[in-house]
Amino acid sequence: MTIAPPKQGEFYQRDRRWHPPAFHQNYKTSVARSPKLSMISLENTVSEITGPRFGHSDLAPGDNDLLTNYAQPEQSPIGERIIVHGRVLDENARPVPNTLVEIWQANASGRYRHKKDAYLGAIDPNFGGCGRTMTDENGYYYFRTVKPGAYPWRNWVNDWRPAHIHVSVFGTGFAQRLITQLYFEGDPLIKTCPSWRRSRIPTPSSS
Amino acid sequence: MPQQLEYLKETPSQTAGPYMHIGLAPGAAGFEIYDPAALGQDITGPNAAGERIRIEGLVTDGTGSPVKDVLLEAWQANAAGIYAHPEHPGEVEAGFRGWGRVITDFDSGEWGFETVKPGAVMGRNGQMMAPHINLWIVARGINVGLNTRLYFEDEAEANAADPVINVIEWEKRRKTLIAKRSERDGQVVYRFDIHLQGDDETVFFDI
Ligand SMILES: [Fe+2]
Repeated sequence: MTIAPPKQGEFYQRDRRWHPPAFHQNYKTSVARSPKLSMISLENTVSEITGPRFGHSDLAPGDNDLLTNYAQPEQSPIGERIIVHGRVLDENARPVPNTLVEIWQANASGRYRHKKDAYLGAIDPNFGGCGRTMTDENGYYYFRTVKPGAYPWRNWVNDWRPAHIHVSVFGTGFAQRLITQLYFEGDPLIKTCPSWRRSRIPTPSSS
Repeated sequence: MPQQLEYLKETPSQTAGPYMHIGLAPGAAGFEIYDPAALGQDITGPNAAGERIRIEGLVTDGTGSPVKDVLLEAWQANAAGIYAHPEHPGEVEAGFRGWGRVITDFDSGEWGFETVKPGAVMGRNGQMMAPHINLWIVARGINVGLNTRLYFEDEAEANAADPVINVIEWEKRRKTLIAKRSERDGQVVYRFDIHLQGDDETVFFDI
């Protein structure tokens, strides 16, 4: 037996039990920033099924190349070169074309180019650490970048964030707005990370 | 037995972290990289009709303290109640996107943006929704972006009939969605403080 798909233009209700919980005592910052009352369930209206649209004139062609979009002429950032690519799909596995995908990340030493990041990892003068692109007609996107370094963060003693890239996706309606993080298969730090454990992402070994 | 839901699982949300400015508002992180400029700085464009207003506020945590590293996104219709999206019939002014990104001042936590006051929008089942701006809030410590709506104090009659406000069972909580109107130096300013937790916790929607 299958459930009827939502009406045209509406979205499946977000599965909140699949997403990480708002409150997690092993993620200290969530304690005072997590709503305690239940969210109010809302059926989609036009305010939720619509969302911002972007065009190629909003971006420059090289915005998805983090190897060059901040580098000095003839120079490039330090680190292992990687291509990050994939597709944006809806819940019925249909591609989502022409949607904006944005990423940001630390450099190869685990340092962010951000005035509030004081980690001792070195700033790379040739690496900004952000990129943006639009999916093509098949929902496909790609970025060139360097593999980010892991970094420690103030939570419990010796907590390290596994190497990760932050990813922001729009979809076709404001109800689909999502920020997530991308990790790297085989990274031994993943299973020790409270932010990973607080999520419900199945690991490749399904632990 | 409930039926199985036979569609793809949404990629789990992860916190935007403290450094989302790098990807979403690099100027605030301390560097310029994009040309065309970072997205979402102009909600209305130059041609939008309607009353020019400013919205401002503070996001506070469960201790009542300002959250100083929030990013908000606003999504709204134009003054005629039309969203700039193909799912919504009607025309918007050239250059009107209806979407903006807003960041807090790192020292005070105050945020604000200029826009036009949106018009009422047709909701489900032919019920008119009062003018409102949809807000999405992300920050370090917030694992899944929070959705809420801003309504306008001077629309008391429309607010009283709004089908979404009326879904909120606790009447005393409805006021958390109403922005307060004042004038300052000849400009109309609406104040909208958001409480993540605690007394007067803002109503957040599961959409
Ligand atoms: Fe990070």
